[in-house]
Amino acid sequence: MSDIASRVKAIIVEKLGVDENEVAPEASFTNDLGADSLDTVELIMEFEKEFNVAIPDDQAENISTVGQAIDYLEKNVN
Amino acid sequence: MELKRVVVTGIGALTPIGNTLPEYWESLINGVSGAAPITHFDASKFKTQFACEVKGFDPHKYMDRKEARKVDPFVQYAIASTDEAIKDAGLDFDQVDRNRVGVIWGSGIGGLTTFTEEIVNYSKGDGTPRFNPFFIPRMLIDIAPGHISMRHGLRGPNYSAVSACASATHAMIDAFTYIRTGRSDVIITGGSEATVNEAGIGGFNAMHALSTRNDDPKTASRPFDKDRDGFVSGEGSGALVLESLEHALARGAKIYAEIVGGGMSADAHHITASHPEGLGAKLAMTMAIKDAGMDFSDIDYINVHGTSTPVGDVSETKAIVDLFGEHAYKLNISSTKSMTGHLLGAAGAVEAIASIMAVQNDIIPPTINHFTDDPEIDNRLNFTFNKAQKRVVNAALSNTFGFGGHNATIIVKKYQP
Repeated sequence: MSDIASRVKAIIVEKLGVDENEVAPEASFTNDLGADSLDTVELIMEFEKEFNVAIPDDQAENISTVGQAIDYLEKNVN
Repeated sequence: MELKRVVVTGIGALTPIGNTLPEYWESLINGVSGAAPITHFDASKFKTQFACEVKGFDPHKYMDRKEARKVDPFVQYAIASTDEAIKDAGLDFDQVDRNRVGVIWGSGIGGLTTFTEEIVNYSKGDGTPRFNPFFIPRMLIDIAPGHISMRHGLRGPNYSAVSACASATHAMIDAFTYIRTGRSDVIITGGSEATVNEAGIGGFNAMHALSTRNDDPKTASRPFDKDRDGFVSGEGSGALVLESLEHALARGAKIYAEIVGGGMSADAHHITASHPEGLGAKLAMTMAIKDAGMDFSDIDYINVHGTSTPVGDVSETKAIVDLFGEHAYKLNISSTKSMTGHLLGAAGAVEAIASIMAVQNDIIPPTINHFTDDPEIDNRLNFTFNKAQKRVVNAALSNTFGFGGHNATIIVKKYQP
């Protein structure tokens, strides 16, 4: 697992209060991990803070699973 | 319309002198002070460096990490004390009509800790807004009753009463009125506050409202003493389950006491100073006595607002003497803020609880920290100084007054079938 992937998972575990082994790549924040719309916004903000990137709203809308978050960050974090 | 009788069937208390009702009452009758140096933040540059904090509170005993993180401490306190009250009342919400169970909750300031953190965070940035999506729903005062309703599935009336330090009393009187007029069967009420933080202490310090007796915190809250120098900030929560008598009897609930009257008024005088003759206070007390269908001479105990400020204690005392006449000297009076500090929007709740327990146990909790009589105060009154007193308490009256000139008074009575 990449460094980015493990940091993303740690944030999700912390913010959503879920078990680490639930945080599978295909897991959806809202459908599988119990997030509501506010949790999702907070997650995106936490990713921005952790990786020092700005995720535009139109990009953030496409990040709804663990895998999508990891993919996006791996492509956009230097 | 025939008015229903309203009784108290459950109580929860999370206070600076006890984190449950039994611990709170034990400390009250033993004259324990809750004041100590501030631990919630570094107060070394503040004029006041002590407060009455809640001690040893673990929110995770009541909610999981995710839930605890999403609520301000004033909501954590509310959840803890309402859990205790509901359990104490033996209420099984599956056995009652949830549409007729409400939550009316008081807080004076709400999520000040959340507000402070978010604004500090913003001001440290480059001006780009990066507010947490939970900022607003953590801060709002009414989110406390909202969370309580969601936790228990209660769909009756749900809102907050806000009147600074009179908030919880307004909430309780509203709850009493809703049940009395037959619109709800049960209402969870009370109030919570959590403002022992930089903005809370700094803000009240700027008003010269707080005691600065940093060398002796435990004797700082000394209502009616000549050397009182301001109130001591407190925090915590008090919760009461109010219920129509018929509903309580039908489910075989234990009954602590009956709520019999409430009064509300405004000073229409000044934003923070009470009226020098206590006009608004007299009006609220008179309305409450009338509402209860009682006479002044029926009251045995007054749990006063008595914050330990130089001006407020004098005007409240004058109001009592003026209203109650000779009976004023037969009453027991006490300010339990001498022990708990001032819980602001939650004060009315924890003090109504002290009054209910006094009525139930025939014991008056004391006004501690009395050293020197104040010539400005009529010392023929019995302030229950320093030690609890035993006496039969059929009825007790509790006063609360808030910045803005809001006054609210509630009366509790021994339950008789």
